[in-house]
Amino acid sequence: MHPAASIIFFTTLSGLGYGLAGALGLGVLAPGLMSTLMAYGLALALIGAGLLSSTLHLGNPQRAWRAFSQWRSSWLSREGVLAVIGFPVIAAHGWLTFSSGERWPLLGLAAAVLAAATVYCTAMIYASLRSVQAWNTWLTPACYLAFAVAGGGLLALLFLAWQGALRGPAVLAVAALVFCAWGLKMAWWRRMDSEPHLSTTASATGLGKIGRVTLFEPPHMTSNYLTREMGFQVARKHASKLRKIALVLGCGLPFLLAIMSGGSGAIAVLLAALAVVAFYAGVVTERWLFFAEARHAVTSYYGQ
Amino acid sequence: MTMLPSVAPPKKLGLVIDLDVCVGCHACVVSCKEWNTGGYGAALSDQNPYGADVSGTFLNRIHTFELVPEGGEVVGEAGDSRIVHFPKSCLHCDDAPCVTVCPTGASYKRTADGIVLVDEEKCIGCGLCAWSCPYGARELDLAAGVMKKCTLCVDRIYNETLEEVDRVPSCVRTCPANARHFGDFADPSSNVSIMVAERGGIDLMPEQGTRPVNKYLPPRPRQQLDRVIPLAENSSGAAGFFAWLDGVLDRI
Repeated sequence: MHPAASIIFFTTLSGLGYGLAGALGLGVLAPGLMSTLMAYGLALALIGAGLLSSTLHLGNPQRAWRAFSQWRSSWLSREGVLAVIGFPVIAAHGWLTFSSGERWPLLGLAAAVLAAATVYCTAMIYASLRSVQAWNTWLTPACYLAFAVAGGGLLALLFLAWQGALRGPAVLAVAALVFCAWGLKMAWWRRMDSEPHLSTTASATGLGKIGRVTLFEPPHMTSNYLTREMGFQVARKHASKLRKIALVLGCGLPFLLAIMSGGSGAIAVLLAALAVVAFYAGVVTERWLFFAEARHAVTSYYGQ
Repeated sequence: MTMLPSVAPPKKLGLVIDLDVCVGCHACVVSCKEWNTGGYGAALSDQNPYGADVSGTFLNRIHTFELVPEGGEVVGEAGDSRIVHFPKSCLHCDDAPCVTVCPTGASYKRTADGIVLVDEEKCIGCGLCAWSCPYGARELDLAAGVMKKCTLCVDRIYNETLEEVDRVPSCVRTCPANARHFGDFADPSSNVSIMVAERGGIDLMPEQGTRPVNKYLPPRPRQQLDRVIPLAENSSGAAGFFAWLDGVLDRI
């Protein structure tokens, strides 16, 4: 599948934003502080940037409002509806906790649940497609949710460090979440590498019962929408290198930096910020691979 | 409305494509493009049409496959390998994933005849329906920014201003080899239902769970030409007058 920059930034930024919104909803940061209010602002900015980015790949973005109508059947529509509901809930929780100095736990829980549900819908847009076998597994929403939670946890660490409230247990919990996310991702990769193709040239043409089928002549000499959009597959050797890069950036570095940030002061803030940056770079690499490595069934008609 | 019809449509219009007959001339590709660029919805645009890297929107394409039967040999023209031309357009699936993924309600399956269509006024061009289709039946038109797909020539088949013989999809009408047939699969006595029953028509990618309406007729077993026609150089089986002539010609 073609790894479109707009979709990579949409899924990674909104994942990070919803992760932070979830952590805030669960009351990880102390209420009533300006820095906590800024954390809400950052979460909403990340979510908003992601959603805006997602409209960049539309052929007719002026009609995007129509996408809220088909929530009964479409995961993409459900995601849009939940994003629109979640935004004011997260904003309201942020403002109320800031202005009153109290936690508003029920509203916070609602914000966290909406954040998780939105990330789940985003993942299900991909996981529901049988035509892309690598995505068509429960591991896809599990990975999206785990990356959102781990990213939100790392951002929460950054704000805790800034507030001078960073403690050992929080660091260890977030480190565990980061490991958990990448563990799920490794299971996802292992499944993709080991499962035989669901659809092949034999089943796509129905000629497999007669004998061995190979593409003799494609229907067109140059590329078309299908080959550009669905035909993209990164070479295996690069994929394995990029997976290692993603693991080092997204798992190893944030873990080390988070552990080192256990102290206090400017150094702790800097290390926590670097942990977030490294994690995000790792997740962007992972998300690029998520698209670039996935094989679409239609490539069976194009000799792949 | 992007829910699939809750009850099976009373008519199931679709195509039968005979892989034994298709000669791979691409006439249906051209005729489809010609009819549909001026018909239903936005025109089928081309990008860089006179340049080196030409590409464009098509609703019907012909792939060509080489098929080597089980245990067959590839020995130039004498081998068992054969060429199968493979026309591919929307299969108007009963369980069309392209319909249910659509966030706007632009993609829908008609309750009257089962044709899968795109309401281009509602399409935002997100491309998710094209991703969901395992057959590659949908192409986003880069000029109009909306999804294009086979309409089963919905603007021909019910069009009473056309001669009755022309009220079939353009690809069916134009095929010089009669490899494409149009009809109602819900009617067991229709031409297409009978063809599918007699020739063992098949679904493409049944494992995708789409339950396609269009059916493909597999190529018939190939005849061994060398067993039917004796080689011209060989006169060993000649008898009567031809045996005498053969002997005379040998002697002079």
